Amino acid sequence: MEFEAVIGLEVHAQLLTETKIFCSCKNEFGAPPNTNVCPVCLGMPGSLPVLNKKAVEYAVKAALALNCKINRYSVFARKHYFYPDLPKAYQITQYELPFAENGWIEIEKPDGTKKKIRIKRIHMEEDAGKTIHGEGLDPNSYVDLNRAGTPLIEIVSEPDISTPEEARLYMQKLRDILVWIGVNDGNLEEGSLRCDANVSIRPKGSDKLGTRTEIKNVNSFRFIQKALEYEIERQIKVVRSGGEVVQETRLFDSQRGITKTMRTKEEAEDYRYFPEPDLPPLIIDDEWLESIKASLPELPDQVKERFIRDYGITSYDADILVRDRALARFFEEAAKNYSGEAKKVANIIISDLLGALNEEKLEISESPVEPLHVAQLLELVDKEVISLRVAKEEIIPEMVKSGKEPRAIVEEKGLVQISDESALKEIIKKVLENNEKAVKQYREGNDKQKQKAVKFLIGQVMKETRGKANPKLLNQLIPQVLEEV
Amino acid sequence: MKLSKEEVKHIAMLSRLELKEEEVEKFQTQLSEILDFVEKLNELDTEGIDPKFQIIPPQNVLREDVSGVSLSREKTFMNAPETDEEYFIVPKVVKK
Repeated sequence: MEFEAVIGLEVHAQLLTETKIFCSCKNEFGAPPNTNVCPVCLGMPGSLPVLNKKAVEYAVKAALALNCKINRYSVFARKHYFYPDLPKAYQITQYELPFAENGWIEIEKPDGTKKKIRIKRIHMEEDAGKTIHGEGLDPNSYVDLNRAGTPLIEIVSEPDISTPEEARLYMQKLRDILVWIGVNDGNLEEGSLRCDANVSIRPKGSDKLGTRTEIKNVNSFRFIQKALEYEIERQIKVVRSGGEVVQETRLFDSQRGITKTMRTKEEAEDYRYFPEPDLPPLIIDDEWLESIKASLPELPDQVKERFIRDYGITSYDADILVRDRALARFFEEAAKNYSGEAKKVANIIISDLLGALNEEKLEISESPVEPLHVAQLLELVDKEVISLRVAKEEIIPEMVKSGKEPRAIVEEKGLVQISDESALKEIIKKVLENNEKAVKQYREGNDKQKQKAVKFLIGQVMKETRGKANPKLLNQLIPQVLEEV
Repeated sequence: MKLSKEEVKHIAMLSRLELKEEEVEKFQTQLSEILDFVEKLNELDTEGIDPKFQIIPPQNVLREDVSGVSLSREKTFMNAPETDEEYFIVPKVVKK
């Protein structure tokens, strides 16, 4: 029997506010342990939470970007469990009435097919602290409460995901959108974005749901895919050998690439949710919602469509450019300042500028090269002042290092293209003397061999002139000189 | 409404309380009495009335996203049974 998987993801995303969700302690990663804490996030008796307005705005922004319906009235709730990194012994979250529901995003698979993944709900909650377990014989665990109270949104998908690859693509798409709109830093290693996966299997084509397991805390895109691949395979084996999948929570062991039982249904948590009496319900009125809507930038998919439509670049290039909002902005500004075809701009940014920036360990947002300079560089190529090769190999790296305008670099380094016919002829003659084999091939060969020889000789002249020779002229001049000599 | 012994034990476990057998019986009676008392509320006819989560009229209470003063480590750790001046120390809890 063939099986198919049914997967739903719960993604926790930290919001990039200055301060925590219910108190004015700083929300920052990497501060010395237990320095960003106060009576509220330490859970001291008598302290009261007050909701951070910005956290609500970021949460709503995210929900709008994920096509959700915003509930104008939502309620906070207490979720009770015991753990040392949860000082109040309950987490403030939303339960029955979350602030957002019924959204969706679209993922695009490598073969180009698109699939809509529905989002069931998004709710706001506070993060817990961090526990470090002593190694070996150390009988202690160590608790840092800096993270306690960090604002989170939990994004719960419908079980619309059918393969581990789709799960990874969904998570990546979520990350791209949240980073794009500026509410999350997208840093999975630091735990800014964390994922739990629910997965079950069923006979292919069946519409019944099998017993599901939950895989906790998978914190890289690669691991999401690997953990699910392993877990689906495991469930299929259980069923094929006549067994039954047990409803349980499992942990992914990234070192061994397997999932293992963490707790079974019998030990399942009993969270005893109830409405949080310390916080009034949250009301998002028209005016507030409209102002948040107005702050939402154009989203990656929309920008991609526009780039393809207005600038005539390929879907592939557009995809790369909208990975990063700063990159998309950079491209657009360069393209606007350039009189030629925008796809040349996309090409030089993607295949040369990004690499050169990477060499210097710089992000596009830190680029010393201005978009205008990229446009100017391409204009210099179009005016045949420099060759494209010089632009790519010599000038771009120098622009990244110095931040200077392309023309200044061309002049400083003497990179102006050689378009003087007699000068080029002299160089060609010299090259011919050193490449008798190619000359012979030209003289004695058929058309195809002749072409090949010319191509080779162009390469040699380019080498000789460090890429400065005008390639168009070379195409005419080399055969000419060969005939003359 | 009489709570079973198992329910009392479950509630004790959720609260991380260790109860002796005679305590289980004692709380079985006491908790059941509390439930009976609260059960009285169910006698009210609430047909057609929306659930209310607060008694005050609904209005937002929000703070601006501006950082304030956090506690000094000295104060933070003042009531902690054990610390190493950086972390709260607790008996080892292996991630469940």
